[in-house]
Amino acid sequence: MAGSRMKLELSRVVQGRGRLGVLKELGKTGQHSLEVPGCLLHTHLGTVPHLTQETLQTLSNLPSVTQLTLSNIAEHQEVLEEFKDGFRTFAGLHDAVFYCSLHDPATPCLTGYTTNKTVSVWGSGGRIELTVAKFMALQKAVQPDWYQSMADGETWQNNTSRKRVRKSVDRTLAHLDECLLVHQNSQELEGVEVFGVVEGGDFLEERVRSGRETAKRPVAGFCLDGLQTGSMDQALRTQLITAVTKELPEDKPRLLQGVGRPDEVLACVEAGVDLFESFFPFQVTERGCALCFSFDTSPDPELAGRAAPAVLELDGERDTSGETQQNGDLNPDDQSRMTSFEINLKDKRYKDDFRPLVEGCGCYCCKNHQRVYLHHLLVTNELLAGVLLMIHNTAHYHAFFAALREALANDKLEVLKRRVLGERGRQMEINKTDKSE
Amino acid sequence: MAATTECGADVNTSENNMSVMKALSAASPLTLRVVAECPVTKARACDLILPHCAVSTPVFMPVGTQGTLKGITVDQLEGLGCEICLGNTYHLGMRPGPDLIEKANGLHGFMNWKRNLLTDSGGFQMVSLVELSEVTEEGVKFKSPYDGEEILLSPEKSISIQNSLGSDIMMQLDDVVSSTVSGPRVEEAMHRSVRWLDRCIAANKNPDKQNLFAIIQGGLDAELRQACLDEMTQRDVPGFAIGGLSGGEEKDDFWRMVTLSTDHLPREKPRYLMGVGYAVDLVVCVALGCDMFDCVFPTRTARFGSALVPWGSLQVKHKQYAKDFQPIDPDCPCPTCKRHSRAYLHALFKSDTAAMHYITIHNIAYQLTLMRSVRRSIVDGCFPEFIRTFMKRMFPSRDQYPGWAVDALASVDVTLD
Ligand SMILES: [Zn+2]
Ligand SMILES: [Zn+2]
Repeated sequence: MAGSRMKLELSRVVQGRGRLGVLKELGKTGQHSLEVPGCLLHTHLGTVPHLTQETLQTLSNLPSVTQLTLSNIAEHQEVLEEFKDGFRTFAGLHDAVFYCSLHDPATPCLTGYTTNKTVSVWGSGGRIELTVAKFMALQKAVQPDWYQSMADGETWQNNTSRKRVRKSVDRTLAHLDECLLVHQNSQELEGVEVFGVVEGGDFLEERVRSGRETAKRPVAGFCLDGLQTGSMDQALRTQLITAVTKELPEDKPRLLQGVGRPDEVLACVEAGVDLFESFFPFQVTERGCALCFSFDTSPDPELAGRAAPAVLELDGERDTSGETQQNGDLNPDDQSRMTSFEINLKDKRYKDDFRPLVEGCGCYCCKNHQRVYLHHLLVTNELLAGVLLMIHNTAHYHAFFAALREALANDKLEVLKRRVLGERGRQMEINKTDKSE
Repeated sequence: MAATTECGADVNTSENNMSVMKALSAASPLTLRVVAECPVTKARACDLILPHCAVSTPVFMPVGTQGTLKGITVDQLEGLGCEICLGNTYHLGMRPGPDLIEKANGLHGFMNWKRNLLTDSGGFQMVSLVELSEVTEEGVKFKSPYDGEEILLSPEKSISIQNSLGSDIMMQLDDVVSSTVSGPRVEEAMHRSVRWLDRCIAANKNPDKQNLFAIIQGGLDAELRQACLDEMTQRDVPGFAIGGLSGGEEKDDFWRMVTLSTDHLPREKPRYLMGVGYAVDLVVCVALGCDMFDCVFPTRTARFGSALVPWGSLQVKHKQYAKDFQPIDPDCPCPTCKRHSRAYLHALFKSDTAAMHYITIHNIAYQLTLMRSVRRSIVDGCFPEFIRTFMKRMFPSRDQYPGWAVDALASVDVTLD
C-alpha cells in the first residue's frame, strides 16, 4: 500500500511459544517503534483514564502507540473536520502514534444494531450509526497512524448461529473492501495503515475463511475480533487463534481485541498474538483494586526474595468475597468482577496497612503512598484514588509485558507462566481453605 | 516606601528579627517578616516562616478536605507553587481518625505533603450540621453521620485531634454563629469563643511545633467585634483569623468587619480571612490588610467545568467552546493552558474525569498566580495601580464594579477610574 512503512521485525518465532520482535518505523516520521508481544495505551479520547499528562509522564516505558476509539470520537466529527489538523494536534499530543479502533474494549457493546451497511458505536450522547462513508470521513478527520477497518463484530455472544457468523465474516470483508477503496483515493490518509478485522465467532472454518480472505487484502495488520473475555473459554480461544494465525502472513502484526487478563494474555501470546489493548488496568482501577501479581522470573534467590514478598505476603489477602475466580470465566459480566491478580483496597484489612501497593514497585503511587491512604481515598470517594490506582495498575501491567518479552527472549516462558498462573492456582487453593473454615 | 523591610539593609536584619521574635511567644514556631507595605492601602507582603517551609503572603490556600486535593497529586500541587494547603479536622477526625493519622506521622505523612498544612477546628462544619448539633459551654455535641453515635467536640478535643494531625497552623474551636443571625446569641458566641481560646491554648500539646490561631468573632456588630479584638489580642497567639464572615451576609457589612479587624490586629502577626476566595474579594481584602485566604470555590467550581480567568470565568462545558481552539487563558502559564485547548477540554469532559483535573489545576494556578502578582505589585510599590488594572480586566465597564468593592477600596484611598 502506498506510503506504508511499518515493519515487523521478528527476532524469535517459536511455534506454539509466541513471537518476539519489534514493530518499526511507526508514526508520521517513522521514529517510533513498539516491541511485541506488547500492548497499546488505552485511552479515553487520547487521555489515559484519570491521568493528566503530567501524572502520565511519571510513568516510564509506556507503549509508543495510543489507542483511540470511534465510540469516543464519533460525536466530535464536526469539530475535528472544522479543526482540520487531525486528532493529534487537537488533543495537544504532538508526539503520539495513534491507533483508532471502532469500540472501547472496556465497554461491552450492545448487539442488534448492525445492518448490512452500518455499524453502531455508543458515545456520551447515545448511539451513532456509521456507514462506510461516515466511518472513512471520521478517519480523515482523525488522521490516525493506523486504524481498524469497519467490522461487524456481533458474534461474541454464546449461541450465535453459524448463519449469523457467516454473515458477519462476509459483511466485514465487504466493509474492508469498501474502506480500502476510499482509503486509496484519499490523500489525507496517505501513509496511514489499515488493520483488517478477522471475525468468525467460535466456528473454526469461518475463522479460517475470514483470516485467509482478509490476508489477501492490502492490510498492514490484523485485528482478531469476537474472541474477547467472556465470549468463550481460553481453550477454545487458543484453538481458534492458532488456526487463524496459520492463515496470516508472518510479517504482519496480529492484534487481539478485548482480552487483557494476564493468564489469557500468556495463552494468546503462545497462540501467536502480538498486540493487546491495555483496558484491563483501567477495569481493575474502576473496581478500586490494585494489580499485585508477580511476574518475576529471576532465578537469583536474593533478587526473587526482593521482589516476591509483596505477593507472598498477600496470602489470603487477594480475595475478599471468597469466590471471585471460581466461576464467571464464561460470564460476560466477569469483566466487572475482581480477578485473582489484584487486591481490593476498599477492604477493611487495608485500613491500617502502611505498605506500598507492591513492595519494590517504582511507580509514583508506590514510591509516595501507602495502602492505608488508598483505602482512605476509596472509602471517602476521592478522585485521587482513581488517579493513583491507575498509575500503579498501568505501570504494573506494562512491566508484566516487559517481563513477558524478556521471558520469550531468554527461554523462560514456562517460569513466567508458573509464576503468574501458579499463584493463581495457589490462590484458589487458599480461597477454598478459607471457605471451608 | 514606608515599609520596614527585612530584605533591605543586612545590618538591620537580625535586629528586626529580634523585635519580631520578642513580640511572639518565645517558643512559637512562626516568624512573620514584613517585606513591604503598600504606601496607600493597608496591604502588605510578608514572608511567613512556618515549620515546613516559608510562605509568601498574601497567600491563597487551596482546600484539601479529606487529605487530598480533588484528584491532584501532591507533586502537582507543589509544582504549582503551593506552599500551604488546608485539611478539615471534622472530616479527618471521622475518617480515618486521629489515631491512624498519628501513626502515619501526622497528616503530612498520611498524604505525603512536604509543605505546610493548616487545619480548621472542626467547628465550622457544625453550622452545616446544625440540626444535629447542640452548643453548650462544654463544646459542640453532634451525632456522627456514620454511626449515629453522639460526639462532643470540645476545645480540648479539637486541639487534641489537630495535634494528632500535626498541622503547622491549628485553629481554635470557636462558637460559630451564622453571619446572618443577630442578637444576644452573637454576643454569647463571641464571649464563649474567647473562653474557648484560652482552653485551646492550654490544651495545645505541641506549642513548639504547631501554631494556634485565634478566631475573631462578633458577627456583624462592630462593638462586639471590637470587644473580641480587645480580648483576643491580649492572648499570646502566633496569628489571628477573622471568622464568622463569608456566610451570606451583605458585602457592605462584610468589608467593614474585615477592615475593623485589621485596624486592631497587631502588625507583626499574620491575619487570615477565613472562607474568602473570589478574585475580587481577595484583591479588596488584601488592600484591607489581610494576609491569608482559603476557599473551596476554585476547586469545587472546576469540577463543574468552570475555569477562572482574568475576565471572570469560562464554562468549558458550554457548547460555545466545542470549536474554540484557544487555551482557556492564552496568558496562563499552567500545564493545562500550555497543552490543551478549550475545545479538547470540552470534548474530554464527556469522556473522562481527567478533564476535571485539568480545570482544577488551572484554577489553583489562577489563584496562586493572582496572589503572586498582588505580592509583586505590593513589593514594587504599585498595588493601587494593580487594583485598577485588575478591576478593568474583570469587569466590562466601570458601572459594573460592585458598589461594596468601590467603597472598600475608597476607604483605603484607592479610587477606581
Ligand atoms: Zn506501583
Ligand atoms: Zn491555565
